[in-house]
Amino acid sequence: MESFIHIIILSMLVTTAVAIVRVKDLFAVTMLAGIYGLLSASFFVLMDAHDVAFTEAAVGAGISTILILTTLSMTGRFEKAAENPKSNYKPALALALVTVTGALLIYGTQDMPAFGAADAPVQTHVVPRYLNDSATEIDIPNVVASVLASYRGYDTFGEVVVIFTAGIGVLALIMSTASKAPVALRASMEEHVVLRIVSKMLIPLIMIFGLYVQFHGEYGPGGGFQAGVIFASAFFLYAMLFGLTAARKVVNNTWIQALAALGVLLYGSVGVLAMINGGNFLDYNFLAQDDVHGQHMGILFVELGVGITVASVMIIIFFTFSTRKQRDGEPD
Amino acid sequence: MSMVTTYLSWALLVLGGFLCVSGSVGLLRFPDFFTRMHAASVTDTLATGMILAGLMLQAPTWIVFGKLVMILVFVLLTGPTAGHALAKAALHSGLKPLLPGKSGKIEADTHPSAGGV
Repeated sequence: MESFIHIIILSMLVTTAVAIVRVKDLFAVTMLAGIYGLLSASFFVLMDAHDVAFTEAAVGAGISTILILTTLSMTGRFEKAAENPKSNYKPALALALVTVTGALLIYGTQDMPAFGAADAPVQTHVVPRYLNDSATEIDIPNVVASVLASYRGYDTFGEVVVIFTAGIGVLALIMSTASKAPVALRASMEEHVVLRIVSKMLIPLIMIFGLYVQFHGEYGPGGGFQAGVIFASAFFLYAMLFGLTAARKVVNNTWIQALAALGVLLYGSVGVLAMINGGNFLDYNFLAQDDVHGQHMGILFVELGVGITVASVMIIIFFTFSTRKQRDGEPD
Repeated sequence: MSMVTTYLSWALLVLGGFLCVSGSVGLLRFPDFFTRMHAASVTDTLATGMILAGLMLQAPTWIVFGKLVMILVFVLLTGPTAGHALAKAALHSGLKPLLPGKSGKIEADTHPSAGGV
């Protein structure tokens, strides 16, 4: 029965991918990409990877769809390359490249162990240690959170830095020209009374849910990445319905940029604090009087740092894109 | 008691599932954007509501029950709003619903963008 559902979802994924390639309307492509994300999330749930599914649903289906839509409102809705004879539009070349890469990947799977095989490296290498010792060493129910935030703390630190760098990159590319006088945004949704009222009801709920995901990450699926994205989406909703000018009053530009850096700083400081107390970088055992307490504190602060950075960077990217669009004065 | 709730729950689940299927058929077969959207939003609210109600009757603990209630409230808030926003956006960009003409038969609107989505 389960493999039946697997086959259905995987074939829907393939169908969506083909549709993404075939459809010319980029708006529809964005929506299809969101559907693709949601389908992948369902597939991850079937594979019992709830944390990954949660991230995919929040990032793949949620925030990236919104960000791409914002970009589309700047660049236009239809592909232009195909009509321009001078462009380097060579679909056959791209198709050949994709086919070769896909064939190599499929060839590569020949050497991989079967899914769920007992002697696969993933079952024999470090995972048994994590699964066996997480309960005594870290003592939180969600092993994914303990692997992500404690055992693999360096990797997660790297990921946060990557997100922070992305935020800086967007700012460096776009912000420099957009910092001039904030144009009063025509409240494009002014007449949408129903949307405004419902969103006013939903925004607090979204924020509370974001905080729940943030601080419940040790006990169930969730954590800083998902929470940051959910928290940021509340601001997106507000900015879309009440206009950028109103949203800018809520979110101060300087503060939000400082917060993005603060999250990374908080993460790094936890590591340095562990070093000051005599341990290795990000060795939470040295943070408190006993090991388990230290692990709990370390994971809490590290996840908070992740959440702050992710939320701030998402808000920065969205606001920068929207401001740019508003400045260019392009119609919706 | 438990027998009654089980049967009631299954009745709700099956009815909800049927509405999902009929909503999908409507989405594919209805003639214009607004009727299709109607089919989609009925699926969104009524079918989801029935499935959630069916699950609530089988909830093992009150926490699960409460979570399902919250999901229901959220769906009831967002589904109709999304439908409203879609319909409004469509009308705003000049799409007119198919309406019965003078002869009483449904005829396509003269607007060039009518009918197709």
